[in-house]
Amino acid sequence: MAEQKEYWRWTESRWTNPDLDWKNAKIITAGVDVGSVSSQAVIMCDGQLYAYANMRTGSNSPDSAWNAFNWAIEGTGLTVDDIHYTVGTGYGRVNVPMANKAVTEIACHARGANFMYGPTVRTVLDMGGQDCKAITTDDKGKVQSFLMNDKCAAGTGRGMEVFANLLSVSINEVGDMSLKVDEDPPPVSSTCVVFAKAEATGLLRAGWSTEKVLAAYCLAMAQRVVSLLERNGVQPDFAITGGIAKNAGVVTRLEKLLNLKALAPKYDTQLAGAVGAALFAKALVEKGKKK
Amino acid sequence: MIANYGFKDGGGEFYVSINTDICAECTDKPCVAACPESVLAIIEDDYDDEVIEVVKEHRKKIKYTCAPCLPTDGKRDVMPCVTSCGKGAIKHSW
Repeated sequence: MAEQKEYWRWTESRWTNPDLDWKNAKIITAGVDVGSVSSQAVIMCDGQLYAYANMRTGSNSPDSAWNAFNWAIEGTGLTVDDIHYTVGTGYGRVNVPMANKAVTEIACHARGANFMYGPTVRTVLDMGGQDCKAITTDDKGKVQSFLMNDKCAAGTGRGMEVFANLLSVSINEVGDMSLKVDEDPPPVSSTCVVFAKAEATGLLRAGWSTEKVLAAYCLAMAQRVVSLLERNGVQPDFAITGGIAKNAGVVTRLEKLLNLKALAPKYDTQLAGAVGAALFAKALVEKGKKK
Repeated sequence: MIANYGFKDGGGEFYVSINTDICAECTDKPCVAACPESVLAIIEDDYDDEVIEVVKEHRKKIKYTCAPCLPTDGKRDVMPCVTSCGKGAIKHSW
């Protein structure tokens, strides 16, 4: 039997900063974000990004944490003993074996967005694998308010993966493809991904193009997220973190609905939680915490 | 910090909002004992403040858990958690 293509599978990545040598660093910290769909490990030297790895979460949180961590330090000569402090975050934060402390992903995403987008960020939208968080933050990256939706998969990365598989479109192309429509069609159900999938199947049978169905789903997702953002309060500057931030179809529609442009990302948007965790770790070392 | 716990579904928005800045200054936290459904718990948040939160097991069913205490006339200030707080730190969105 022919192997079925995994359209949902996004690109895993790792990176090491060629301009930094960890041996010269006074404080080396790590942030490990074990999310429901993806896991990231970030190594920071004196608060600068040194290395990271971003990969799929497996069925076992401790293994996922180790896999991401080991991939991040691969080829650097670093070992876990060289890290002064590690903070774990994400759904699996209590199951990060090398972590000295667990911090919620809400606090980590706020601090990570502050680092990645700058101190002018006031509203952070984290569109993760299985939840969605609207966060307002101050100029230091401290959370001022938050609201989370993790009751259903609509408005999450996993929902988008389901649609990529349904329509046989690579997850990396879903966003751009959804923008190839002259005008947005009415959105599909925005309250349940199962109903949305059933509705999309019906629309395909009715003769809708793949692009049009994707546009309807991206619009539904944007509308759902906007209601969360508006409930929590939206102030500029606005930044999006998490995997869906890479989906131009959702981001463009979101910007249109909010009448607010999102800041352009300088780093991989999936790293925000782990970056925030590594920065929390640095602050804890500076406060005198030892592992 | 305003922490919103709850959910939105086809039936509406169901969030309990907690102003943790007010909470952190309250030493007794009487709302925790006042809740007949044990919805609230004291935690140390990410910024080392002692505050209250809606416990995880109730977050996705808060609409139903809080229902017995919600007056049908729309008044929220007579609810046990709100009354015991007395500082306006706890609000219900529905």
